[in-house]
Amino acid sequence: MKVVIASGKGGTGKTTVAVNLAWFLANCGRKVQYIDCDVEEPNGNFFISAHFSERIPAFVMLPAVDQQKCTSCGECSSKCRFNAIVRLPGNTMIFPELCHGCGLCLLVCPTKAISEDEREIGIIERGMGWGGISFVHGVLNVGEPMPNPLIRKVKEQGLADHIQIIDAPPGTSCSFVETISDADLVILVTEPTPFGLHDLKISVEVARARGRSICVVINKDNGIFRPLEKFLEERQLTITARLPENRKVAEVYSEGNILLEELPDYRAHFSSIAAEVFRQSENLMHSPMGVLP
Amino acid sequence: MKEIVVVSGKGGTGKTSFTACMATLFKKKVLADCDVDAANLNLLLNAIVVEEHNFVSGHKAAINKDICVSCGGCREVCRFQAISEDYRVDGFSCEGCGACSYRCPTGAVSFAKALCGHYFVGKTGKQEYAVFAELLPGAENSGKLVTAVRKKALEIALENGNKIILTDGPPGIGCTVIASLTGASFVVFVTEPTVSGVHDLKRVMELSKHFKLPGAVVINKSDLNRSYSNENVFLCLERGFNLLGSIPYEPLVSQAQRQAKTILEYAPDCAASDAIRQIYRKLNKRLETL
Repeated sequence: MKVVIASGKGGTGKTTVAVNLAWFLANCGRKVQYIDCDVEEPNGNFFISAHFSERIPAFVMLPAVDQQKCTSCGECSSKCRFNAIVRLPGNTMIFPELCHGCGLCLLVCPTKAISEDEREIGIIERGMGWGGISFVHGVLNVGEPMPNPLIRKVKEQGLADHIQIIDAPPGTSCSFVETISDADLVILVTEPTPFGLHDLKISVEVARARGRSICVVINKDNGIFRPLEKFLEERQLTITARLPENRKVAEVYSEGNILLEELPDYRAHFSSIAAEVFRQSENLMHSPMGVLP
Repeated sequence: MKEIVVVSGKGGTGKTSFTACMATLFKKKVLADCDVDAANLNLLLNAIVVEEHNFVSGHKAAINKDICVSCGGCREVCRFQAISEDYRVDGFSCEGCGACSYRCPTGAVSFAKALCGHYFVGKTGKQEYAVFAELLPGAENSGKLVTAVRKKALEIALENGNKIILTDGPPGIGCTVIASLTGASFVVFVTEPTVSGVHDLKRVMELSKHFKLPGAVVINKSDLNRSYSNENVFLCLERGFNLLGSIPYEPLVSQAQRQAKTILEYAPDCAASDAIRQIYRKLNKRLETL
């Protein structure tokens, strides 16, 4: 089962919810895998205390031009939608950071002068954390603009017989879409401010358009924020938990520690989130396509 | 013209709140919000939209079922699994490369330009301009939208003789951050003293080194954790960036946010507001040396 923890706005507490939900489920005796898809800024490993046993370089395909066979006809550069190939007299140049690896240039080249090489864009690290949690994350190389191919490869490491807790990148653009594309449950973490609400609205729209099941966790809760309550009611969204605002939570987070160990009062909230996860997995079991840990 | 870009690596360290505070202090500037898929700056500025532009970028494939002969060619060449078995294109997965329309023997694949979002020019209560954008939910080409926002801000600054562009950047280190930093004059890193904040600061500092940008650091919620706060200071020294100052943790900030106000407006006398004004003076001095 795949549970994605996401939020439009950064810093609402995605990682806090993901890590503590993983802790809670592991303590319930479930097989848990933590998958950190925030490949631009991966942090989950600090909290899960992951010891890595494997480092796998992640590659994308990059065209290579055989200048001997190339007639500088310009077909490839005129067809490439990403301006990743430029024809110069006697030389056809590739711009790796612009290339999407679509392979169209290979198809259009009349002299078959283009082949493909692999190009490293980051690494995937796999290992184990506390409580027998299996851990995997991707680390995008600094200077690489496109995280999506790496996110795809990180998700391929998912173990079908585990509850996969997937930490999504912030934002609501293509990398978020990629992360939630096959989620069984999307937990949206928000905060009761105009910022949190604005970004939540967009995330809900994307997740609904993708046909995902959604529930909402309100973090840094400090009393009713009417506009948020109104929106949730209108869209018939379930509030699974409200985590009270507390400076101590921020302090525990700052050290990379586990909230539920340091402040046991929060366990009740996570038992509601875990219950929602179990409820969704029940639904899955009864659906013909369901795969259950 | 000096363009100051505020970034953080990690999300939620206080970029937007800090930028909005600087916006109340800097005179004669244009504001730009480059966090195009979660644009929040205008929630604090309340600028009235005076111009709206469509942002059209890239293409999306669509298959005309009347002409399609279900030969499977498009599905074979598509590397993004964007075409279903019954020949429907998934707009979210389609990257707009055009391989399918190239392969299609019957010309059933059309390839229209895609509307990816909008960008706006707003006028604030102080009669200053702000440029911000809305990427359509889940859309691509966010880096190019950032470039469009910055280009518009520059245009307005030149027209009005403004000397400063103040830009609220996106989190992360990917395409939108790269597009925000390219060609800027100064970068301000807003970080926090947490294990993640320090780690993410390192990566975004590394990225800005690619652009050889001068920059300085602000530590927000600095008294949350002394040892990571020290580590942030150490990072500044090590990487050759100045520390502009530290802002203490202030519970009133979230109260201010709920009323869509900056902390300077909501609680001008609190310690955090003092620290922010000091940072402004230091930043202003630093900019004069550029």
